[in-house]
Amino acid sequence: MEFLGVLLIVPINPYLEEELDRRFKLFRLWESPPGRRREFLQANAPSIQAVVGSTAAGADAEIIDLLPRLEIVANFGVGIDKVDLPRCRERGIRVVYTPDVVTDDTADLAIGLAIAAMRRICDADRYVRAGSWKGEGDYKLTSKFSGKTVGILGLGRIGLAVAKRAEGFGCPICYCSRSEKPNTNYKYYPSALELAANCQVLVVSCPLTEETQHIINQEVIEALGPKGVLVNIGRGPLVDEPQLVSALLNGRLGAAGLDVFEREPHVPKELFKLENVVLVPHIGTDTLETTKAMSDLILGNLEAHKLNKPLLTPLF
Amino acid sequence: MSPSTPQPPEVLLLRPLLPSFDAALSGKFRFVKTWESPLPLHDYLAQRAASIRVLLCSSLQPVPPDVIDRLPALKLIVGSSVGLDHIDLAACRRLGIAVTNAGSVFTDDTADYAVGLLIDVLRHISASDRYVRQGFWPLMGDYPFSSKLSGKRVGIVGLGSIGSAIAKRLEAFGCPILYHSRTMKQSVSYKYFANVCDLASESDILIISCALTDETFHIIDKKVMLALGKHGVIINVGRGPLIDEKELVKCLMQGEIGGAGLDVFENEPVVPEELFKMDNVVLSGHSAVLTPESFHDLLELITANLEAFFSNKPLASPVAL
Repeated sequence: MEFLGVLLIVPINPYLEEELDRRFKLFRLWESPPGRRREFLQANAPSIQAVVGSTAAGADAEIIDLLPRLEIVANFGVGIDKVDLPRCRERGIRVVYTPDVVTDDTADLAIGLAIAAMRRICDADRYVRAGSWKGEGDYKLTSKFSGKTVGILGLGRIGLAVAKRAEGFGCPICYCSRSEKPNTNYKYYPSALELAANCQVLVVSCPLTEETQHIINQEVIEALGPKGVLVNIGRGPLVDEPQLVSALLNGRLGAAGLDVFEREPHVPKELFKLENVVLVPHIGTDTLETTKAMSDLILGNLEAHKLNKPLLTPLF
Repeated sequence: MSPSTPQPPEVLLLRPLLPSFDAALSGKFRFVKTWESPLPLHDYLAQRAASIRVLLCSSLQPVPPDVIDRLPALKLIVGSSVGLDHIDLAACRRLGIAVTNAGSVFTDDTADYAVGLLIDVLRHISASDRYVRQGFWPLMGDYPFSSKLSGKRVGIVGLGSIGSAIAKRLEAFGCPILYHSRTMKQSVSYKYFANVCDLASESDILIISCALTDETFHIIDKKVMLALGKHGVIINVGRGPLIDEKELVKCLMQGEIGGAGLDVFENEPVVPEELFKMDNVVLSGHSAVLTPESFHDLLELITANLEAFFSNKPLASPVAL
C-alpha cells in the first residue's frame, strides 16, 4: 500500500503523534469540533485504514461503522475495553495492543500505591509541608505492609508481576482468576468475595468485561473490611465506586490506592479530604520509558501491517 | 509487699516513655524518673548514683556524656532505636558499659518505607495525588511523565540489616543492586564499591541506610550528588547528617539531581522550606518505623534486654562497641 491513513482519536503523547505524522498520513479526530465528528469521519473515511486509540477513547461502534476501509485498530494500552471487539471480528479488522511493555510500570505502581496507602506516605508528606511536624510533633502510627496477605484479582502478566514484587516483602499471595493457574504456589479462591475475606491488601488487575463490571461490590468491600486495603490498577468500573466511597468515609474499608475511576477524569470529591486514600490520575504506564516503548510498539505494528508482514502484538 | 520480697530492679529514665511502654514495664521494673524530681539533674543523679545500673534511653535526644560520667554503677544502656549516634559509644567502651539497640525490629518497616518513598518520587504519587485533590485532572489534563523504577540501578550505602532488606525488595523489581559498606560482604553477589562517588556514578538511585558516625558524617556530599547526576534520586532513611543538606537543597534547586525521598534531616524537626514547593521530593517526619507492629516488637525486645541483664543472662540485642 502506498500510504497508510491513520486516524488518531486523542493526542496520547507528542512522540507518537509526531512519528505517526512522519511515517503515515495522519488524521487527528480532535481537530474536528465535537458536533462535527461524523462529518469529519465521513469526509476522510476513504483514506483511513488504521485507527489508534487509548484507554481514554477507543475505536467504538460509531467510529468503526463510519470507516469502511478500516483494516487495523491499534490500542495504546493493554486494557482493550474501549475497543468494540465483536465489531472488529465481524468486519475482519485486525486489533493490536501493547502487552508486556506495560507490565513492570503497572506492577510497580500497584506496590507503590499499597505502601503509600498503608503507611500514609502522601498524608505524612502533607503533614511536613504544612509545618505540623515542627508544630504538633510526630505523625501517627500507620499500618505495616511487610508480611500482610496480598490478594490479586486477575493473575495475568500484571498480576503475576505484582505477586513477585509483594513476595519480596514477605507477603503471602493468594488470587482469584477466571481459572486456576497450574504453575503457581499461590492459594486460589474461586470468587472475589472469598479472596477479599482472606487477604488484607486486594489488588485489582483484571480486564474490564461485561462479567467483571462492579466485580468489587459492597459485599466484597465489606469482606475486605476496616483493616483492608483496596488497590485498583485495572479499570474504574471494576469497582462499585459509590459503595467504595461510602465504605472509605465510614471506616468499613481501611484504605485504598486508586489509579482508575469510573468516570475519568472525574474523581469523587468526597475522597479529597480523606487521609486513608491515595488518588492518582491514571498514571499506571505514564513513564517516559514505557510510553516510548508503547508508542514504538504501535508504530511497529502499523509498519508491519503496511508492509504485509506479521503483526508484532495482535490480539487477533 | 513483705520485707523479704525483692524490690523490682531500678531503671533510670531521662525522659518519659510512651504511656503504653511505661504501663507494660512498670510492673517489672522500678523507674527512676529524673524529671519528677525538683532537684537539678546532677544533684539528683548524685543522690541516686550508687544504685543505678541501667539507663533506658527512650528517644533520639543525645545522652549527655556527663550523665554517663556521674553513674559509676552504670553497666547497661538500653536503646530504643537502631542508630546509636546520640549515645557516646566511645565512653561506654571505655567504662565497660554494654549497649543494646532495636536489633531488627525496625528492619521491615524501614525497608518498606524506603521503597515506598522511592516509588513515590519516581512515579510522582504524592505530587499527582495533590494534583487530583486540587481538581486539576479535569481542568489541565494528564499529569506529566514520570520515571520507571523496574530495572534501574540501585546503589545502597550501608548494607546492614536494613540495607539488605531494601536490596531484597528491589531485586524483585528487577533492579541491579550495587553497594558501599565499610567492608565488602563476602556472602552477597551485589557489586561492591569502596568509594561512594564511584557507586553514585554507576547508580540511578542512591539509598542511604548506614549508621551515622564521625566517618559517615556528610558522606553524601556535593561530589557524590554530581556523580549521581541530573536524573538521579536519593532516598535517606538513615540519619539526616549523612547528607550535606544545604548542598542537597542547592542541587535539587539547580536540577543537578533528579529528586529525593527524605525521612530524616540534619536538624529535626526543621525541614528546609525550599523543599516544600518541589514535586520531585517526598518528605516525611522520621516516621519510617512508626507502626504498631514494630512498637510491639520493640517493647518485647526492650523487656527481653532488661530481663536478661537483671538475671545475668546474655543480652538480646547487644551492639559491638
